[in-house]
This record gives sequence, C-alpha cells and structure tokens, in this order.
Amino acid sequence: MPDNARILYCHCAYAKVVPDEVKNDVLRRLAESGVAFDAVADLCELSAKRDPALNQLVEGVGPGNELRIAACYPRAVKWLFNAAKVPWPEGLEVVNMRVEQAEPIVQILLNGRPTDQPAPPEEEPAAV
Amino acid sequence: MAAPTTKTPMMKVALYEGAGSEELSAVDRGAILKSLLEKGVAISCIRPGRSVTPPPGGQLLVLGRFNEAKPNEAEGENGVTVRFRDIAGLSVDQVGKIVDEVRGGTPAKPWKPWFPVIDYQRCTNCMQCLSFCLFDVYGAPGGKIGVENPANCKTDCPACSRVCPEVAILFPKYKAGPINGDEVREADISREKMKIDISALLGGDIYAALRQRSTDAKARFSKERDEKRAIAERKACLTKLQQTLQEALDIPAEVMNALPSMDMIKAKAAAAATANS
Repeated sequence: MPDNARILYCHCAYAKVVPDEVKNDVLRRLAESGVAFDAVADLCELSAKRDPALNQLVEGVGPGNELRIAACYPRAVKWLFNAAKVPWPEGLEVVNMRVEQAEPIVQILLNGRPTDQPAPPEEEPAAV
Repeated sequence: MAAPTTKTPMMKVALYEGAGSEELSAVDRGAILKSLLEKGVAISCIRPGRSVTPPPGGQLLVLGRFNEAKPNEAEGENGVTVRFRDIAGLSVDQVGKIVDEVRGGTPAKPWKPWFPVIDYQRCTNCMQCLSFCLFDVYGAPGGKIGVENPANCKTDCPACSRVCPEVAILFPKYKAGPINGDEVREADISREKMKIDISALLGGDIYAALRQRSTDAKARFSKERDEKRAIAERKACLTKLQQTLQEALDIPAEVMNALPSMDMIKAKAAAAATANS
C-alpha cells in the first residue's frame, strides 16, 4: 500500500442493506492486517448530521494521497458527501460491500485496485 | 426518522497501539471495533507513525494498553478534551462501558438514517419532488432544489424517488437499484414506474379509481338494498387498490394514506414557482 493511502470503513450499523458476513469479514480482515484505519458506524448518519468528521476524513486527499472507502454504491457515497457539503476530491476510491466479496474488497483497501480492474465510471465532480 | 439533533460534544475514539503501549491481539482488536461500531461510535485505529485528528471542540477518548500511567484527562489543541483509558485486561463489554461512560450514556434508540440524497449530475431542478413531498423535506433556497429537512422524511418511504423523472433521488439504504445508488441504466429511465407523473399517480388514477369504486358500490347498493354488504365491498375495493399501489411502488401504508391531493400539489408547485421567479 502506498505510504499515504488511508482507509475508511463504514459499518452501515443502522440498516441491513450490507450483508453482515461481508462487512464483518472486511472488518475482521482489516483488524488482522494491523494497518491503521478509520471506521465509522454509518456514513449516512454523518452526512445527515453534516458531521465535521467527514471533512476531516477527506483532508489532504488527492493524487498520491488516496482515501479508500469500504461502504456501498459509489454514487450513493459521493452524493452523501455532497449532501454534507464535503468536497469529493480526486484520489477517492469507493469499494462496494453490497455487491463485492470480502477478499477482493480487502485487497483493494490494502493494496489499491489492480490496474487491470478499472474503478466504476466516475461522473463529473459537482460543485458543493 | 428521529431528528439527528444531538448537541453533545462530538467524541472520537482512538484505539491506540503506538509507542508506549502494547499491541492488542487481532481478535481483541476486531471484537472491540465491532462492538463500538454497533454502538454508533467512530474509531481510529492508531498504529506507529499515524496520528489522529480530534473533532474541534469535542473530545478524544484514547483507549490502549499503556506501558505507563496516563492522565485521565488532558487539554488538547483547538479546545479538544483528551481522555485516556487503559483497557489492559478488560473485556469487550467493559471497554464498551468505558465509552458509554465518557460519552454520557447510550443513545436512547437506534436511529436509521433515512433521507433522500440528490444526484446533482442527473437533477434538472424540475421541483417535482418539492411539489410532491408532504413533509417539507425539500426546499429550494436560491432557486436550487435541496434536502432541507432530512429528519422529516418517513422511514422506508422512497415515494419522491418514484416521481423524479430523472432518477436523481437516492436513498442509500433502499433495497434495490437504482434508488439505492446503483448505476442508472437506460431501462430504469424508460421503465414505466420510474416515469410516473404526479397527476397520474395521485390526481388521476387513484382518485378517479376511488370515485369509480364509489359509484359502483352505490349502484350495487341501490340494486341489492344491502347497505352493510355494499360498504364492506367498497372497503375491500379501496384496500385492494391501496395494496396494489403500495406493492408496486413500495410506499408505506402510513404515507399512502396521507398522499396529497392534486390541489395541495398544485399549491406547493405554485408556491415554489413564485419563490423562484
């Protein structure tokens, strides 16, 4: 993992939309890996509260300073940040725990997305 | 949904495993993390060489197996109160109790954050959602549609996303795409139920159908001279119609029973247009 890459894990604690076995397995594997990472109970909650913690999480993120987020659909995460008036910088990668399996998710979180596996299509960033 | 209006100072928990502390086992680390996340707590796992940014004006609770005594409480930068707690030998439950104690108790009730999120890449600012929503979730300050009162939203109701002609309204905790944030496909846009016009959904179909049912029931009543039977039939028809709409659109009964009339929709749309002119 590049030195500056950071990891954010969302536990989606207040709904059953992320499969339990996937999110718990991702959390377990991250804990076992011994890397530093941030974990939040629920990104939706932070967005609804416009929690300043969201701003702190993206501080310094940019090319060469990635933030990899394990959460749900990238489109949902992007607009949750927008709803909280938090900019969506370059260098932000979302991995979808609703549809992907724990093993490849953790590999992307720890090592980045393989170059032969392109990220989901990015929409144009919108003004916040 | 309950309003997210807590005014208590924000708290962040740091699970510290840097210099001056002993490393946790992977099993303990994982168990503590899971337990605290289930309680709604945000945590930073701190490893050697990695710092944590405390919430401005809030409090930072640092948990660790410290090699030397730490002060219970210290003043950090930006008015942050830093509290240290040694968790050596403590069970996961005991660690949870420490966190509850520092943050002043557990939240009274789990809160499901349910509110619409607008995809401004797709939104055309048509204001249909504002006109439609009974609960004033939407507003348009400066003429731009936005979610102004997320706490007013009715849990598990995605009704406004059904009337958005551009599929621009997301509910991240909804079960199915594209409302849950999944990619919007051509088929979603052209799908009949995603293109429901407000007047068709509310003003036309349902009220016309209800009137028709009423007329039919009256006709039967006059023929049969059986008031009780006619009323029962009418109720059954109404219930069936509502159930059909609920199932097709996944709109909770509570909301379905309180849908706005066409007059209300028109009045809200007119007010929005006036405000934006």
